[in-house]
Amino acid sequence: MTDAAAAPPAETKGSASAVPETMAWDSRSRRMVVLWIPLACFVIILLFPFYWMTVTAFKPDAELYNFAEHNPFWISSPTLDHIYLLLFKTSYPKWLKTTMMVAFGATFLSLFASTLAAYAIQRLRFQGSQYVGLAIYLAYLVPPSILFIPLATMVVQLGLFDSPLALILVYPTFLIPFCTWLLIGYFKSIPYELEECALIDGATRLQILRRITLPLAVPGLISAGIFSFTLSWNEFIYALAFIQSSENKTVPVAILTELVTGDVYQWGALMAGSLLGSLPVAIFYSFFVDYYVSSLTGAVKE
Amino acid sequence: MTDASITSNWAQRRADPSWIVRLFDWKPFLVTICLLPAVGLLMTFLTYPLGLGIFLAFTDTTIGRKGIWVGLENFQYLFTDPIFWNAVFFSVFYTGIATVGKFGLGLWLALLLNNHLPFKSLLRAIILLPWIVPTVLSAIAFWWIYDPQFSIISYLLIESGLRTTNVDFINTAWPARWSLIAANIWRGIPFVAISLLAGLQTISPSLYEAAMLDGATPWQRFRYITFPMLLPILAIVMTFSIIFTFTDFQLVYAITRGGPVNSTHLLATLAFQRGIPGGQLGEGAAIAVSMIPFLVFATLFSYFALARRKWQQGESND
Repeated sequence: MTDAAAAPPAETKGSASAVPETMAWDSRSRRMVVLWIPLACFVIILLFPFYWMTVTAFKPDAELYNFAEHNPFWISSPTLDHIYLLLFKTSYPKWLKTTMMVAFGATFLSLFASTLAAYAIQRLRFQGSQYVGLAIYLAYLVPPSILFIPLATMVVQLGLFDSPLALILVYPTFLIPFCTWLLIGYFKSIPYELEECALIDGATRLQILRRITLPLAVPGLISAGIFSFTLSWNEFIYALAFIQSSENKTVPVAILTELVTGDVYQWGALMAGSLLGSLPVAIFYSFFVDYYVSSLTGAVKE
Repeated sequence: MTDASITSNWAQRRADPSWIVRLFDWKPFLVTICLLPAVGLLMTFLTYPLGLGIFLAFTDTTIGRKGIWVGLENFQYLFTDPIFWNAVFFSVFYTGIATVGKFGLGLWLALLLNNHLPFKSLLRAIILLPWIVPTVLSAIAFWWIYDPQFSIISYLLIESGLRTTNVDFINTAWPARWSLIAANIWRGIPFVAISLLAGLQTISPSLYEAAMLDGATPWQRFRYITFPMLLPILAIVMTFSIIFTFTDFQLVYAITRGGPVNSTHLLATLAFQRGIPGGQLGEGAAIAVSMIPFLVFATLFSYFALARRKWQQGESND
């Protein structure tokens, strides 16, 4: 920020005479030091664990545990052994399927609930709608860490223990508050006059929601959907507490509990599992990155 | 004659909506129906468990056996338990240091990204990556990076001649604590940076121009323009960050599971260990409930910050 603002005056001086040319150069090297080098460090540090994960996943064990003869940063003879082990010797495909199902189920449920709630709060404007909005916001501040023990007892009583359905029902507790706030913001940006026109034409409230408000709020719905999907994909503590049998586990839990066996860790397989577990959500994210960023920043600003 | 038929047509058209459509247009009913799924789910799976958790904290429930009311016994026991106090200490320490680190580095990164850069959106996408990948999976990567024998950091330090032995990352108490904090900061930077970047972009350039005319130094511009304008959003982001760092579970559970010798337990991991594998639901709930005063404090902080920033409401989404 500071540097960008400072750069233009120095450059205009540089074109004027010979002496300030060194100043222009100086500002360029200064820009290098204060902007590009720190930025490069940030990017390298933020990405290094992923690089390391990928390299480990494709390295044969002989290279993995021998830093003296092989440069650890590179793979001399890449192998698919770890991936093969993961895909065909463990129930990884099954975990992936369960995780997908839970993530889609929870996302759908929370989008449905929060669209209606956001519409009611923002557009139907009943008495006390602000307080309902505030209460839903406060629900976002209740972290899963203090709820999982009572929820575990509830899940057992409801007979949902060890069932992915329990996760689909519980995940909306942290998805709905976020989605509702995001959608309230989106509905606010849709001109109210459009709805008034439709009301005069004799549309019912639900028709207005379905035919006018929702189509206009599609970007908001996509943002909320992506956000919910990644959050449910990443959720850990509920899945760890509520699911016991191996085949019903979600990917993050299964990799930590099923692949870590005994005292000798299979680092190659573990890293392959982490890589494959991260890839779907990373690919999904890369398609909708702008929606994701806008939902993140939009929700913070709201 | 034709006139009358038209009016009768009109009357028929008006009467057309059935009672069910009219019911859905009746505002109180519509509001109830619209709020029912969200409020119902939140009441059943959030408010009720919250109350149940507080109730469980005062009973001696174990898995498979309904407990009886034991009053403050769980808390009395916990207050004499050095592992509990250690967890309280580490939770506060972890939150404090990680928050300072995340916000210091995140703000710096946001300021860097606020420059004119090529491939800005690509850069932003890459930077968010640590935040969207499942925390447990990146924690496993950190676990491998912190491996006592094959740590890549040890390798680098030894190769560059800075050390002669492997670094002990997670096998003794203090190095393990610092390693966890480093992993938490790594994971938190993207969220802080991207949120603060959104805040930075709402600051009007004319303010900086005015300050430049007045001869303000870069530091003064940061201190008297950027920082105060960023404060509202900083307060919100910080509240969220503090709450979710204090109640963090995944990183610690994946990397150290509270070890070595219980030195890196956070309250959440201790509650899990006592409650689910240990079976002492009452005691686990008591540990979880002891996090609540802290969260209430953070929430009040957020509320007052929100109240102060009403002027920003109505701003369109990024």
